Amino acid sequence: MAFTNEQLERYSRHIILKEVGAKGQKKLLNAKVLIIGAGGLGSPVALYLAAAGVGTIGIADADDVDLSNLQRQVIHTTKDVGTPKVESAKKTMEEINPDVKVITYHTFVTSENILDLIKDYDFIIDGTDNFPAKFLINDACVMAKKPFSHAGIIRFQGQLMTYVPGKGPCYRCVFRNPPPKDAVPTCKQAGVIGAMGGVIGSLQAMEAIKYILGQGNLLTGYLLTYNALKMEFRKVKLPSNTDNCPICGKHPTITKLIDYEQAECDGVHL
Amino acid sequence: MKITVAGVNKEVADNLTVAQLVIDEKVETPEYVTVTINDEFVESGAFESTTLKDGDVVEFLYFMGGGQ
Ligand SMILES: [Zn+2]
Repeated sequence: MAFTNEQLERYSRHIILKEVGAKGQKKLLNAKVLIIGAGGLGSPVALYLAAAGVGTIGIADADDVDLSNLQRQVIHTTKDVGTPKVESAKKTMEEINPDVKVITYHTFVTSENILDLIKDYDFIIDGTDNFPAKFLINDACVMAKKPFSHAGIIRFQGQLMTYVPGKGPCYRCVFRNPPPKDAVPTCKQAGVIGAMGGVIGSLQAMEAIKYILGQGNLLTGYLLTYNALKMEFRKVKLPSNTDNCPICGKHPTITKLIDYEQAECDGVHL
Repeated sequence: MKITVAGVNKEVADNLTVAQLVIDEKVETPEYVTVTINDEFVESGAFESTTLKDGDVVEFLYFMGGGQ
């Protein structure tokens, strides 16, 4: 596949980098990334991956755009209110870069559909807002041996980690089970600064791009935490012994996917 | 004795338990925090029975659920 003149110009700032070059840009154009959640995290991920020329981007979300989303979900605009987020996100990505093929999944992810959703993708982005989904994505990616980027944001804080099969701990190594409903603030009553999605989501996009290019060090074996009020990033080393993990350990006790009960404030209109 | 908690050096009482440290550090939702000492997980049921030693490096890892 040769680049068109338009592509050479569009991706010139990538191609000039020795870590990317024409070869790396082709890898990006041939890559397939699935973004689960078209919200605060998913928006910047989708914008940057589309702009970067990631050739196939899947996006899964069951919700419609709500006015209260627009404070942080920067892929949607005021006139998109009331339309499915996946459609709004697809339209924006295609306007940014016609090279990108966007596949929409207007659905919640569940134990029934997730393995089918992720199977054709090279890298998965967890941009969800609730623990049942985060554990489901982790378990499915461990089972299907898919790399993924986990992230969470709340108030003035964010964190992320990258799972690559065989290269370090999974999310469940760190957090064994989802907290009970409403035990940990996750949602709209806690609030979040919109730019937090931009900071952490952009880092998720960076992890996906590095994974595709095969360049640099990923956040495997580390949890990166960001406290905006203290203006402090910390790269916390995670234990490398994953033997006791119930999903990625030596003797897994979780052998099928679990649909945990969702807290009432999770889900729609976050 | 001296320990490091979330990257900060602290002087604490000898034989401090993880359970007491979690209280002293005013950890939000202490029942759901993950604790590591010197790059090893402390099982969540073992906070009372785990005592810290001089030079230990402790990290608290918090659930963070938002994203939408
Ligand atoms: Zn694990």
